[in-house]
Amino acid sequence: MKATNAVVLNPAGLRRRGLAGITHELRDHYVLYLMILPTIAYFIVLGYLPMRGFYYAFSKFKFGTPLFENDFVGLKNFEYLFSSGTLAYLTRNTFLYNIAFIVLGNLTQMAVAIMLSNLRMSAKRSMQTMIFFPYFISFVIVKAFSYAVLNSTNGMLTVYLRNMGVMGFDAYTTAEIWPFIIVLVYLWKQLGYGSVIYLAAITSIDDTYYEAASIDGATAWQKVTKITIPMLKPTIITLTLMAVGVMFRGQFQLFYNLVGDNGLLFESTDILDTYIFRTLKSTFNISIGTATCVYQSLFGFAFIMLVNGIVRKVNPDNALF
Amino acid sequence: MKKEAIQSSPAMSAASFGIMLVISLACLIPFVIIISASLTDNAAIIQNGYSILPSAFSTYAYTYLFRNPTDILQAYSVTIFITLVGTSLGLILITMAGYVLNRNDFRYRNHIAFFIYFTTLFSAGMIPTYMLVVMDLNLKDSLWAVILMPLLTPFNVLLMRNFMKSIPHEMIEAAKIDSAGDWKIFTRIVLPLSGPGIATIGLFLALQYWNDWYQSMLYLSDADKFPLQLYLYNILTAQQNLANSGEIVTTTNTMPTESIKMAMAVVATGPIILAYPFVQKYFVKGIMIGAVKG
Repeated sequence: MKATNAVVLNPAGLRRRGLAGITHELRDHYVLYLMILPTIAYFIVLGYLPMRGFYYAFSKFKFGTPLFENDFVGLKNFEYLFSSGTLAYLTRNTFLYNIAFIVLGNLTQMAVAIMLSNLRMSAKRSMQTMIFFPYFISFVIVKAFSYAVLNSTNGMLTVYLRNMGVMGFDAYTTAEIWPFIIVLVYLWKQLGYGSVIYLAAITSIDDTYYEAASIDGATAWQKVTKITIPMLKPTIITLTLMAVGVMFRGQFQLFYNLVGDNGLLFESTDILDTYIFRTLKSTFNISIGTATCVYQSLFGFAFIMLVNGIVRKVNPDNALF
Repeated sequence: MKKEAIQSSPAMSAASFGIMLVISLACLIPFVIIISASLTDNAAIIQNGYSILPSAFSTYAYTYLFRNPTDILQAYSVTIFITLVGTSLGLILITMAGYVLNRNDFRYRNHIAFFIYFTTLFSAGMIPTYMLVVMDLNLKDSLWAVILMPLLTPFNVLLMRNFMKSIPHEMIEAAKIDSAGDWKIFTRIVLPLSGPGIATIGLFLALQYWNDWYQSMLYLSDADKFPLQLYLYNILTAQQNLANSGEIVTTTNTMPTESIKMAMAVVATGPIILAYPFVQKYFVKGIMIGAVKG
């Protein structure tokens, strides 16, 4: 019906193949092409063109030399990254932190959304407003806050623990506590965002499921475990896939504002992004840094394709693409 | 019957209320600590450490900041400039792109959408992007680098398209029968019906620019061009280094450095705190639509 309409009302809308078709298409819709042109140009220049900089990873970078005039060295930079174990520990840290972010993040957000859905509108609204606020503030404010709590001279926790008898406590020399701090701050900042999505999904569950369960004598807890959580499965999968997509990059601001350039903590807090940043801004090792970027992009791409492929095999409706 | 009554029981509602009250208050503690410290006498912070409530009340930090406002006002005006230019420019490009990608009769809409989306799956990364912006585009130390980088994200473009999907396509068809051009359909029909989408994505952009520290830290080196967050970041790190070297305790008990730092943090977040209650609902709506994939 639609197709015939298009033919009758707009004969030029007929699909023609080949060059003539494209010229026709351009002539009929040149306004639309002009409107999308800046966006296409933007993504070509800032999304795709930077990829030619991958050449830095295969060359010996010299300052002031144009990109392709740097000497080609093959895979030497990658060999260094692999043999020194750098990539191994960066990948391990990035992977483990993100697994914790995804698993604990989804659990806390879902639990909070379920609890919020049990409350009356006014309480729900005001509590949602409170837990959503951390999402709105910059990571520099997170830095200010972590400074106030953890700094070595008069941080709130530092002073408290020293008064409690933990002599000489200093978070910035105690590497083991940082995974907990980083994960906790992440959960705190993302709680509002994720629980909004879960709450929307809970609101859209058909009331008749709960009514039928009530008639069968189900308890409130059974309704949560037998109706609400199973119905949230597509949401869990979508959110997890989206998080997996940005797993190997992102979160730079969180890590860098909490840890900074503190070498004592690298072993337990360094991720691909913070390492790449240091090669750019403090060690100026552009070739090694770009090699890490290439690894990050390829590995991240392969990983999301793999996970999405598995999800698509199991249930095509839940896959991202 | 209300939803919460159908799916819950009085005992469970009470338990949920109790736990959620604790969690939501806990979420605000960081801000309470910052605000308290900004209102505490600096000597008291140095002596007793930071605390949840002020140990010795003082508004000196704010008086000090308002008596020496030049740097803050400079940083504020940079941030306002970036936010205004970035948000308006971004909205113009994003509404146009969303409109074109949502036109059913636009032949390459899916190809272009994929071309945009692909950059979220595979991208050049931090250094190649940095090198392009600095070496090829020559935008080192330019506010345009800070404005350009977050201007268009695949998420925002595709979110705008999803918002526009709610406009009945029959309206566009009808306008075409009345021989309205593509541009006229955009300005007369699509834009007036895109209020919620424009509000949501405009707020996403404004928040992104207001809170930007990452791009300005990467690309700016001239202190006159530092926006608010980078300015605050430098104050925090400069004094953190001092504090870690242990000098601050003995040498600066007359300078209210700790409380000034926290007062700066409050001043930098001020407009967000004020606007937050009014804009929150647009965010909630935007996130809910954005979570719908496709």
